[in-house]
Amino acid sequence: GEPHPGPRAVNVDLQTDATLQVDISDALSERDKVKFTVHTKSTLPNFKQNEFSVVRQHEEFIWLHDSFVENEEYAGYIIPPAPPRPDFDASREKLQKLGEGEGSMTKEEFTKMKQELEAEYLAIFKKTVAMHEVFLCRVAAHPVLRKDLNFHVFLEYNQDLSVRGKNKKEKLEDFFKNVVKSADGVLVAGVKDVDDFFEHEKTFLLEYHNRVKDASAKSDRMIRSHKNAADDINRIASSLYTLGTQDSTDLCKFFLKVSELFEKTRKIESRVAADEDLKLADLLKYYLRESQAAKDLLYRRSRALVDYENANKALDKARAKNRDVLQAETSQQLCCHKFEKISESAKQELIDFKTRRVAAFRKNLVELAELELKHAKVT
Amino acid sequence: MCVCVCVCVQSGPASLPAEDISTNSNGPKQDSLFDDDPEDLFAEATEEVSLDSPERDVLLSDGPSPAITPITPPCSLITPHIDMFTHCSFDEIEEEEGGDSFDMHISVSDPEKVGDGMNAYMAYKVSTKTSMSLFRSQDFSVKRRFSDFLGLHSKLASKYLHIGYIVPPAPEKSIVGMTKVKVGKEDQSSNEFVEKRRSALERYLMRTVKHPTLLKDPDVLQFLESSELPRAVSTQALSSAGILRMVNKAAEAVNKMTIKMNESDAWFEEKQQHFDNLDLQLRKLHASVESLVCHRRELSVNTALFAKSAAMLGNSEDHTALSRALSQLAEVEEKIDQLHQDQANADFYCFSELLGDYVRLITAVKGVFDHRMKTWQKWQDGQILLQKKREAEAKLQFNNKPEKLQQAKDEMRELEGKVQQGERDFELISKTIRKEVSRFEKERVKDFKTIIIKYLESLVQTQQKQKVKNIIIIIFSISY
Repeated sequence: GEPHPGPRAVNVDLQTDATLQVDISDALSERDKVKFTVHTKSTLPNFKQNEFSVVRQHEEFIWLHDSFVENEEYAGYIIPPAPPRPDFDASREKLQKLGEGEGSMTKEEFTKMKQELEAEYLAIFKKTVAMHEVFLCRVAAHPVLRKDLNFHVFLEYNQDLSVRGKNKKEKLEDFFKNVVKSADGVLVAGVKDVDDFFEHEKTFLLEYHNRVKDASAKSDRMIRSHKNAADDINRIASSLYTLGTQDSTDLCKFFLKVSELFEKTRKIESRVAADEDLKLADLLKYYLRESQAAKDLLYRRSRALVDYENANKALDKARAKNRDVLQAETSQQLCCHKFEKISESAKQELIDFKTRRVAAFRKNLVELAELELKHAKVT
Repeated sequence: MCVCVCVCVQSGPASLPAEDISTNSNGPKQDSLFDDDPEDLFAEATEEVSLDSPERDVLLSDGPSPAITPITPPCSLITPHIDMFTHCSFDEIEEEEGGDSFDMHISVSDPEKVGDGMNAYMAYKVSTKTSMSLFRSQDFSVKRRFSDFLGLHSKLASKYLHIGYIVPPAPEKSIVGMTKVKVGKEDQSSNEFVEKRRSALERYLMRTVKHPTLLKDPDVLQFLESSELPRAVSTQALSSAGILRMVNKAAEAVNKMTIKMNESDAWFEEKQQHFDNLDLQLRKLHASVESLVCHRRELSVNTALFAKSAAMLGNSEDHTALSRALSQLAEVEEKIDQLHQDQANADFYCFSELLGDYVRLITAVKGVFDHRMKTWQKWQDGQILLQKKREAEAKLQFNNKPEKLQQAKDEMRELEGKVQQGERDFELISKTIRKEVSRFEKERVKDFKTIIIKYLESLVQTQQKQKVKNIIIIIFSISY
C-alpha cells in the first residue's frame, strides 16, 4: 500500500504526535479472518526500534480493549470503543449467489455484477481497516493509555499474542455483568448528582446516545434504499443495452443512449451512497459507540460515588459502635480517593469528548457537502 | 472466496475522474431524436392504396402464394403493390377510404363509486372528442364500469384474434385492489389503485381505436356512444387476461402436437424469434423498473425519516453552531431531495406502466402467430383428408362401384372446396399478420420514443433542481 502521512483518523479528529504514531499499513483478507499489519513509528525509549510492524487479528484488538476496561486504574477515562468484528458474510453470500446464477445471465451482466460486488467487498474491507485503525490512534493519542504496557506489547511483540476468544463460561459471566450493570444503571441514573457539571452531562449523554442510535439506524436504512435503487438501475441499464443491440428498428439507438445514461446515473448514485455511508453512517456509528463508552465512564463514577457514600455510612456506624474504626477509615479514604480521582479525570475526558465530537461532525459534514457538490457538477 | 487485498486506507473515497455528462448532451442531440419521426413516413408515401381498390384483389389472388416463395424483408416482396402496402402506415390507407384522418381523443375520468359493500363498483366517465365522420357527434361521453371494458375486449377478441388481428388486451382484474375500494378504504393505496386503473383503461381505449379495423367495429362504436350498455356477464369469470391465458393454452396444445409447421416463410420465423426475444427482455426490464419505483419510494420515505432524526440530533447537541448546521442540512436534504425523487419516480412509473402494457400486448401478438399455425394445421388436415379420399376414390374406380363412386366424388368436391378455403384462410391470416406486425412495430417505436424523450426532458429538469441544491450546499459549507 501507499504510505500516508500521520494518523488519518477517519471519523475522529486527533492530534498528530511525533512521539508515537500508529497506523495500519496493510491488511489481508483470508477465508474467515483479516490480518492487519500494525505499523508503529515512535521516538519513545520504551521500544527497541524507532519503526516496526506486527501482524494482528481482530481478537487481539478486543483483548487489548478489554484489558483497558478491566483495569481499575483506567476507571476514570473514556475507553476508546472496540472496533466491530469484520463482517463479510453478507458480501460473501452475494458473491456466491452470483457464481451460482452465472448461467442465467449474459457475460456482460455477469462481469458487471461481479465488479459491483467486488467493489462492495473492497469497501467493507476498507471500512473495517479504518475502524481498527481509529481505535489504535485513539489509544496512541490518549496521554495515559498510550503508556499502557499491554498496548506496547500489542504494538511490538511480533509473535501471536495467543489470545483465545472467550469461552462459553466467560461469555456467560460477561452477560451477567452487563445485566447487573444495567440494573445498577437505572438505580444510579435516578440519583441526582451534587455536581452540576456531571448532572448536566448525564442528562445530555442519555439523550444524545438515544438520538445518535436513532439517526444511525435511519441513515443505514436510507443508504440501503440508495444501494437497492442503484442495483435496480444497474439491471435496467443492462436490459436496455440488450434491447438496444437486439432491436432492428430506430429504437435501438434510443435504447442504447438511455442505457448509457442509466449506467452513468447508477455510477453516481453508487458513489453518493458510498459517500453517505462513509461520512455519515460510519460517523454516527462511531459516536454511538463512543457515547456508550462515555456513559460507561459516568456509570463507573456513579458506582464509585455509591461506594464512597456506603463507606461513609460504614465509618459512621463503626465510630458509633467504636469497632473496626481504623479499617473503616482506611476503606473510606480509599473510596474517597478513588471517587475524586475518577471525577477529576472524567471531567477532562468529557470535555475532550465534546471537542472531538464537534470537530469530527463538522469535518465530516463539510466533506459530505463537498462530495455532493462534486457529484452534482458531474451530472 | 479468497481475496488478498493490499489496502491503503484513505480518509475518503478515492478521487474519481469527473464524468463528462455535459448538460449539452440533451440539447442539440434532442433535435436529432426528432429526425426519424415516423410521421415523416406519411409524407414519403408516394402511392395511394385503398382497401377497396381493384389492386387489393390482385394482392390476394395474384402471384405465387407466399407460403411457397421464400420471403425475407417486406421490401423484396413480389409486386410493388405489396411493397407499398406494408410500408404505408395503415392510418393513411384509412384516410383515403373514409376521407377522415385519424383524429380522436378519448379520456377516462371521474371515477365514482356506485353502490355499497361488495356489490359496489367504480363508474368511469369515457369522453370522446373527434372530428371523424364515423361518429354521430363530435364531443360526447358515457359512463362505463370495468366489466364493460372487459366485455368489449372479449367481444373483439372472439371476432378478430383468430383471423390475425392484434387485439389490445384490457387491463387486468385485481381482486385485492378492488376489494379495498369496495370496502370503502379511502387511503393512499386505494386511491393509487383507482388512478392506476383509470390510466390503464384510457390507454386501452386509445390503443383499440387507433387500430383502423377495430375502430369501425360496431361493438366499439356502441361502447363509446350509447348511453346504455348491456351488462357483460361473462367477464365476471373471464377477464381479458383470462382469455389470453386460454389462447395461450390452446397455442401450447398446438405446439405440443407432433405436427410441426413447415415454415417456408422466413419472415414469420424471424418475427416469431423477434417477439420471443422481446418478450423475454421486456419482462426483465419491467420487473427491474417496477423494483426501482418501489425502492425509490422507500428511499423517499427513509430520507424523510433520517432528516427528522438528524434534526433531533442537532437539537440535542450543545454546541449551537453545530446544531444549527445539522438542522439546516437535514432541512435542505429533505426539501430538495423529496421534489427530485418524486418527479423522477413519476417518470419511472409511467415507463413501468408502458412496459406492462407491452408485455401483455406481446402475449397477444404471440397468440395471433399461434392462430396462424392453427389455420395452417386445419388446411393441412384438409389436404391430408383429401388425399385419402382421392386414394379411396381411385380404389373405388378400380373396383367399379358406381353408386359409391358418385358419393365419393361428391365428398371430394366438397373437400376440395374446403381445402381451397383453408388455403385462402391461411394466406389471408398471413397477410393480415404482416400488416398488423408492421403497424404494431410502428406503434411500439412511437410509444417508446415518446417515453424516452419524456425521461430525457425530466432529466434536464432534475439538473435545474440540482443547481438550486448546489447553491444551498455552497452556502452551507462556506458558513462552517
